[in-house]
Amino acid sequence: METQVNAEKVLDIVRKHEDGWGGMIAVLTDIQYVFGYLPEEALRIVASATGTSLADIYGVATFYRAFSLHPRGKHHVCVCLGTACHVRGAQMVVEEFERQLNIRPGETTPDGNFSLETVNCLGACALGPIVTMGNAPSTKVCPSDVRRILKAARKPDEEADSLGASVAVALGREMEEVTTI
Amino acid sequence: MAPPLDSLEVFKTFQQRLAKGRKADHRTIVVSAGACGLASGAQKLIEALQAEMHDEDTAAQVAMRVTGCHGFCELEPSLLVEPEGTFYPRVAVKQVGRLVKAVACGEVVTDLLWTDPDTGKPVARMEDLPFYRKQLRKIMGRNEKIDPVRVESYIENGGYAALVKVVEKGNPDWVVEEVVRSGLRGRGGAGFPTGVKWRLLAKRPGREHKFLVCNADEGDPGAYMDRSILEGNPHCILEGMLIGAYATGATQGILYIRNEYPLAIAHVRTALEQAYEQGLLGNHILGTEFCFDIQIVQGAGAFVCGEETALIRSIEGKMGEPRQRPPFPIQQGIHGEPTCINNVETWANIPLIMLEGAENYAGTGTSGSAGTKVFSLVGKIKNTGLVEVPMGITIREIVYDIGGGAVDGASVKAVQTGGPSGGCIPVSRFDLPIDYDSLAKAGSIMGSGGMIVMDNHTCIVDVAKYFMGFLKDESCGKCYTCRKGTQRMYEILEDITEGRGRKEQLELLEELALVVKDTTMCGLGQTAANPVLSTLRYFREEYLEHIGNGRCPAGVCKALITYSINENCTGCGVCASNCPTEAIAGKRKERHSIDASKCIKCGNCRSACKFNAVEVV
Repeated sequence: METQVNAEKVLDIVRKHEDGWGGMIAVLTDIQYVFGYLPEEALRIVASATGTSLADIYGVATFYRAFSLHPRGKHHVCVCLGTACHVRGAQMVVEEFERQLNIRPGETTPDGNFSLETVNCLGACALGPIVTMGNAPSTKVCPSDVRRILKAARKPDEEADSLGASVAVALGREMEEVTTI
Repeated sequence: MAPPLDSLEVFKTFQQRLAKGRKADHRTIVVSAGACGLASGAQKLIEALQAEMHDEDTAAQVAMRVTGCHGFCELEPSLLVEPEGTFYPRVAVKQVGRLVKAVACGEVVTDLLWTDPDTGKPVARMEDLPFYRKQLRKIMGRNEKIDPVRVESYIENGGYAALVKVVEKGNPDWVVEEVVRSGLRGRGGAGFPTGVKWRLLAKRPGREHKFLVCNADEGDPGAYMDRSILEGNPHCILEGMLIGAYATGATQGILYIRNEYPLAIAHVRTALEQAYEQGLLGNHILGTEFCFDIQIVQGAGAFVCGEETALIRSIEGKMGEPRQRPPFPIQQGIHGEPTCINNVETWANIPLIMLEGAENYAGTGTSGSAGTKVFSLVGKIKNTGLVEVPMGITIREIVYDIGGGAVDGASVKAVQTGGPSGGCIPVSRFDLPIDYDSLAKAGSIMGSGGMIVMDNHTCIVDVAKYFMGFLKDESCGKCYTCRKGTQRMYEILEDITEGRGRKEQLELLEELALVVKDTTMCGLGQTAANPVLSTLRYFREEYLEHIGNGRCPAGVCKALITYSINENCTGCGVCASNCPTEAIAGKRKERHSIDASKCIKCGNCRSACKFNAVEVV
């Protein structure tokens, strides 16, 4: 499942952020964007290109929640555990996902189809508990909805939800920037 | 090539031309399309409106504007019709055709209006809705006027006029003193007087740079007002920072935005591009000698990075571990240079102060806390949304008058303010006026403005455990007492919620809480005990009920509850088909029952039942 790392692409990302503020975090964010996670090989390239020790890069990569050192599933399930979602029963929703997928938060199913993660707050508290699958949100989710959400994701021609679509449009330019350099 | 707005005069003419071009009586359908709106289906609504307004006749009569969040998240996707201010909640795509036709003729579609549950009568105008009536929406109110991805829209509505006023006046010290006089205090939580911070920065020379940072790492779970301002009115933050830079001599601005807010990042990025194109940022702003740059730095998901020294390290691209203060960021911040960090809402207030004057601004709110504050009113409440109120209003007014009270016949038990650093305030203290000092006295903090309402189905011990679990995960680990103290407090709370609690553990909990408070370096650790201390102070009985009687009165803690099926059961079998452990049995059309030995208390049956037949005791 290891991704083939295109060294030139990694170096382009490093060069892109040479002058900006944000340093290593910005570099890792883009690498994760391109490869879906932080491949070790890519981090080694970053280390030698920037003169930063691999240990320091590893420190940053493991300090922040957004980074993953392992490939994520084809469908990345993110359950919001913000306070508003919590008081409306989000913990039970997480547990139901754990049961259905037989994995714990932070893990990926053996077939690579699903990965599960919890997030501190997506800032859509009125709609909680909220679950996102890729960019598509499901709102006011209760435990008995979980099966339906997973079933919909398994369908091949799943339709992206409105937030997903519009955020994708808004970020389209940025994606191009990252992937075409 | 010189940017289009190359002098103050050109800007003023441009602004006047835009304002003149606005047809005040032209009907406009305003779509609330912040992230909440979009998640509720606003995008489909926008497409339907576009299709409906395709022909020239309709387009000549009705316009559409897509804006950020209008605040009433519970009723998204909602539409607002200008100039009358008619509010249509939860609009379905199939209703759009009717609506557009009516709007074109200047009519109101009465059956699509919001109905007041108390009177049963429809309410047409947005400002007449109880949710909006007591609000003072000085910041949020601009969201519905502005198309966030068009700088012209901001300028047309008076945007950047405050900057022009300041630059024309030509006296940076006056700006600093004006902010001091306004009484504005930091909206990020601690409430440090903004003007005083600016005064300190203005006095410090930088070697190469002097930084202004907008802290948009809105990490408190349950708080999202900053997201709504970033998405709905990004230029007002840029304008605030520009004014700050002019006043303090800062040279470089940084917007640190958390990565969980993709739409906000996209809108701010667009706003920055436009401001540079127009000559509102960069070198020789508006043709003057004033120069200032702003860049975005994206966070990567770490709660502690909201703390200013951790945020600085994160901007430097390192692990976001806080450090000892002093030296304060004003003395030694990003790369050792003087750095002033203010929260999103603080920056959004700056243009307002400059336009209306410090005295007028200070006229709103209380003597120690001036202006308005945006709260995210969420949790177990009828009218969920973002509410902006003058400081000094009581919690009761927010929860009952604006929020409409509890849902489904439950009763409100407490509100939690200030996120994981804050505390719970019980109903008996709801007459407390909201300002920095009275909230602190009550054992909580203002925080960034999350206000989570809890009802009798919310377990206070579980909430304390939730916050402690959050803090234990988010503690950076640098201070031993924070790393281990939060872990140990979590374990004790876990014991209590799982029925293993002992009475003496409460004393240990209190002792630990005080030790963590006194011996940690940053705000996260120093306030980590608040959720425990405030709940122990007001809800000790509930803790004792868990420990002494093995009962969770709210019916939340799994180890202390049992599920059963009551006489409402129609025997439809939905619960049984949703049960993962086959614990539910019963004949069709007859009352079912739950085998407690098999039940894992997952809650599937309860959430699937349409007849309220599954009970928790």
